Amino acid sequence: MRLAQHMAVASDRVSATAIEATAFPDLSRAYRVSAVPKIVINDRVEFEGALPEPDFLGAVLRAAGPAA
Amino acid sequence: MGLLNERDQAAVRKEFEKLSGPVKLVVFSQSLEAAELCRQNEELVREVAELAPDTITVEVLNLAIDRERAEAYGIERVPAIVVEGARDYGIRFLGIPAGYEFSNLIDSIIAASSGTAALSAETQRALAGLTEAVDIKVFSTPT
Repeated sequence: MRLAQHMAVASDRVSATAIEATAFPDLSRAYRVSAVPKIVINDRVEFEGALPEPDFLGAVLRAAGPAA
Repeated sequence: MGLLNERDQAAVRKEFEKLSGPVKLVVFSQSLEAAELCRQNEELVREVAELAPDTITVEVLNLAIDRERAEAYGIERVPAIVVEGARDYGIRFLGIPAGYEFSNLIDSIIAASSGTAALSAETQRALAGLTEAVDIKVFSTPT
């Protein structure tokens, strides 16, 4: 969540939601959460585990870009 | 007896020395749904806010009653926390932010307070070029 929330502060376009997976089993199922942290961006790009800042940014830009 | 022990309080107080502008924590609860979780969430937020009472304010809303506010914030589930600084940066916590997420809650309060992101200049340049909305969901567990 750390990088996500700083990106939200940096840009009007970015929002960041931390979700406690065990409290919301319906969301965890819908997003197929099996390991944490799991990051889902625009419901399009997802990954598990912490990424370094440049890689996290890359995932954000991929999710924001035109659909492949 | 609070949720935060003395060591937690001291650590957060130290972090809060970095606070600058005002922060509002908007808490959404609902008495029927997840009542105990909502109560604990409210208590945690109040205990955090009490560590910087001149800077942090708390507003508790009810998801079922304050529907327009919930919709405006995009909140559909409880317990939830909105972290607002000079504006709404779009930072939300769903579920009680315990464990590692508690550190992130404190960090988000500090970032929202200053409106300054701790990111590299390169990252900030790239984000400034975004033309589409970006919704980041981060799933975690308390431990």
